[in-house]
Amino acid sequence: MADTKVRGAVEIDPTREPIVVVDDLHIIYRVFGAGGKGNAASAFSRVLRRQNRPSMTEVHAIKGLSFVAYRGEAVGIIGTNGSGKSTLLKAIAGLLPPHSGGVYTDGQPSLLGVNAALMKDLTGERNIVLGCLAMGMSPQETKAKYKEIVDFAGLKEGFIQYPMRTYSSGMGARLRFAIAAAKTHDVLLIDEALATGDAKFKVKSKRRIEELRREAGAVFLVAHQLDVVKETCDRVIWIDEGRMHMDGDPDEVIAAYIEATGK
Amino acid sequence: MSHPERLGSPGGESVGTIAEPPHVNEKLSDYAARYGLKQSAARPPLRKYIQDVWARRNFIWAFASAKNISMYTESRLGQLWQLLTPLLNVAVYFLIFGVLLNTKRGVPDFIPFLVTGVFMFGFTQRSITSGSKSVGDNLSLIRALHFPRATLPLAIAVVELQQLLLSLVVLLAIVLAWGEPITPHMLLFVPVVVLQLMFNVGASLIVARLGAFNRDITQLLPFVMRTWLYLSGVIFSLPSLMKAGSKLDQHPWAAELLKANPGYVYVELSRHVMLGKYRDYVHSEPGVPHSTTQLWLYAFAWAGVALVAGFMFFYRAEERYGRG
Repeated sequence: MADTKVRGAVEIDPTREPIVVVDDLHIIYRVFGAGGKGNAASAFSRVLRRQNRPSMTEVHAIKGLSFVAYRGEAVGIIGTNGSGKSTLLKAIAGLLPPHSGGVYTDGQPSLLGVNAALMKDLTGERNIVLGCLAMGMSPQETKAKYKEIVDFAGLKEGFIQYPMRTYSSGMGARLRFAIAAAKTHDVLLIDEALATGDAKFKVKSKRRIEELRREAGAVFLVAHQLDVVKETCDRVIWIDEGRMHMDGDPDEVIAAYIEATGK
Repeated sequence: MSHPERLGSPGGESVGTIAEPPHVNEKLSDYAARYGLKQSAARPPLRKYIQDVWARRNFIWAFASAKNISMYTESRLGQLWQLLTPLLNVAVYFLIFGVLLNTKRGVPDFIPFLVTGVFMFGFTQRSITSGSKSVGDNLSLIRALHFPRATLPLAIAVVELQQLLLSLVVLLAIVLAWGEPITPHMLLFVPVVVLQLMFNVGASLIVARLGAFNRDITQLLPFVMRTWLYLSGVIFSLPSLMKAGSKLDQHPWAAELLKANPGYVYVELSRHVMLGKYRDYVHSEPGVPHSTTQLWLYAFAWAGVALVAGFMFFYRAEERYGRG
């Protein structure tokens, strides 16, 4: 295989077109807790002494991760809680600045998280319209897509007229996914956003993810339900303590993961 | 080095075999650059950014309308509050400054004078206070979808414009009820509002960036705003404080500063345009500064400077909003 070049630990397939390149990525972020004694006097003395908030700690969440994802791939990311999966997605989406190294993408990645309520005081209907317009669709396109989104979200009769804060977590997640999936994304990052959906929705979302892949984008999926990952993804990355642990075929990686975690 | 053949193109393999040494030991960043991949969430060039914002004009309008509608959904009187809030504001200010403290000092038709001041200053004031929260309050939207963030403070300014348009109905009714004749001069009110809107957009873009990275700003702003209110001659006539022999007359630099204050400029200009009696009063009182031309010049300058500076200031942090 003369064409296969090895740079460090990353193997590159020259026949495919990369869409996300993660290059020796380090992410360190600061966590603020409820600082000090929590009263005004202690806060004041802290300001006077020019100290940082006492409970501020630096977390080295990603420690030198490198990989290349290609067009048309659905990459599952697995790992135990706190292994850096969500941090990685945020970094790919450009929401967390890299401490060193870099993330390179083609087009703007969109992150779909479990907490990404759009505007909870507005009705589902308005959230659809605003979401579509914010993604850059014209009012005509929005109108054309509206029905499709409502059908896809499969909300109960009448719920589309209620404010989103009245939705259950599953309904909210379904609507959010439906809105985000209405547009073709170059890179779609899904962080547990499908976990709260019911069985019927899982089938639908799996189909939609496959469509998005065929439209020559890439999909990243963080999920704890390994069966979902196995069904939807054609490549799985196992992250442990912010480092790459394994990268490859879903069946292999998941089997190794199950063995290691002793499930 | 030439661009490598794309996947699936016939003959791609033969290219690989013709001696051209593939990019051995190339760094990952160079490999990414070779395929035209860009640093994630980098700030687009200014031209593209402005085009993106313009392309979202429907979003700005829809977002503003939705905000306006959802604002009072929890209250029984609902949208009626859009009219009641400005009216109650006027009532409070009239009670305190018109009756109790008597800041009239010979200003003719004090009520229309006060109403114009309170409404027009409130327009700027609210644009700035809600502008400072426009990024922080919409983090989930920012993190969920990608769109130019400047649309958020812009939408906030439009929310306030929509509110103002309703208040203006009240204002016009009061002005007419106090026997102000309708003159073509009043048409000049439209450019005043447009200029003030431009200033508001600029100012709220600036505080939006400040508020996004430092939440303390939103705690501090109400105090700044209240001080500004008293410095802007909203509830009393600033020019009549500058009469010959007055304290301000002895400190001309302070008077000049007050006259250049954008809060004062837009409030006073609206009064000059809308209230004929007040205009005559300011022009006829001896020793009272009254240059309407100067007000217009300041109004244009503030609108232009604030809009351009605000947009540039906000744009330069575009890739950092929503991080953390």
